[in-house]
Amino acid sequence: MNGATDVTLSELELDAITELVNLGVSRAATNLARMVREEVILTVPRVALMSRREAIQTLGERESKSLVAVHQVFEGEITGRALLIFPEERSLELVRAVVGSDLSLEEIIELEQEALAETGNIILNSCLATIANSLESNLKISLPEVLRGESSKFFSLEPPPVAGTTVMFIYINFAMQKRDINGYIAMMMDMPSLSAMQTLVRALIRRTSIASKT
Amino acid sequence: MTYKLLIVDDSKLARMAVVKALNSCYPDWQRVEAGSAADALRAMEADAPHVALVDFNMPNRDGLHLAADLRKLNPTMPIGVISANSQQGVIDRANALGATFLPKPLAENTLRDFLTKAVYELEGSR
Repeated sequence: MNGATDVTLSELELDAITELVNLGVSRAATNLARMVREEVILTVPRVALMSRREAIQTLGERESKSLVAVHQVFEGEITGRALLIFPEERSLELVRAVVGSDLSLEEIIELEQEALAETGNIILNSCLATIANSLESNLKISLPEVLRGESSKFFSLEPPPVAGTTVMFIYINFAMQKRDINGYIAMMMDMPSLSAMQTLVRALIRRTSIASKT
Repeated sequence: MTYKLLIVDDSKLARMAVVKALNSCYPDWQRVEAGSAADALRAMEADAPHVALVDFNMPNRDGLHLAADLRKLNPTMPIGVISANSQQGVIDRANALGATFLPKPLAENTLRDFLTKAVYELEGSR
């Protein structure tokens, strides 16, 4: 974390954001499990303010191999990007899990791009929609885009950050043990959005605490 | 009699939301809050709660493991496992422990129904 951060989140604000992400990802996992007919195991989300470089490094340390990501941009009071990321070598297995195992390899390869985009779309949308609804905000979510490469590429996409190099970085691991698939969901927001999010989160905390003081 | 509810969630905001719902349906209940499974086990001993509401996705020991621990300590205590992760596997494991799965965010009606049933069980078993 660096000293240039001009938004400071209180412990309760960070707690509230983590809880929102937890809600969103849990919903997403429920939907994913329905699609693949297998349990999806989640870790507790990690939410941190860090520099863009640190965020890329964090991802690079965890996964050095080539990756596939489904990427969506969200816009509204808060703007940022969300990615569903997993190792490229497991991408066909994920597609197979979603479309069923009775298809031939050729058919699965043909469906790959579309199936990945649609899977990512369902997961990221259920996650983002849950967060937006809890904050009583609206987000416009772009169409999914499938990307391949290293993690550094995913976080230096256009459009570049509006201001500053500090981002809010969120990530959660998920795993489907029977199919040996694991990956993670990551979200990044830059400073202006963080400040807007803080306002929304403060309102959420107020709504939640009104009747709890006895 | 006045009952005591143990609320376990690593998120303070989530505990606040439960307290808010509790205050609107059963304002006379006492409550004990715990931010982790370890704190919850200490509270079990120190405060002897009658009913427990446990979040599923917590760091270290998750809510289903905690529910199993609570079940060993008290075979008849009504336990609710709360999560937005409503996968059948999670619901099945909660049910296998004799716990009730409650979807998150917790609606006031859901909490009221759960606690009403809990009171019925507690009074029936006395």
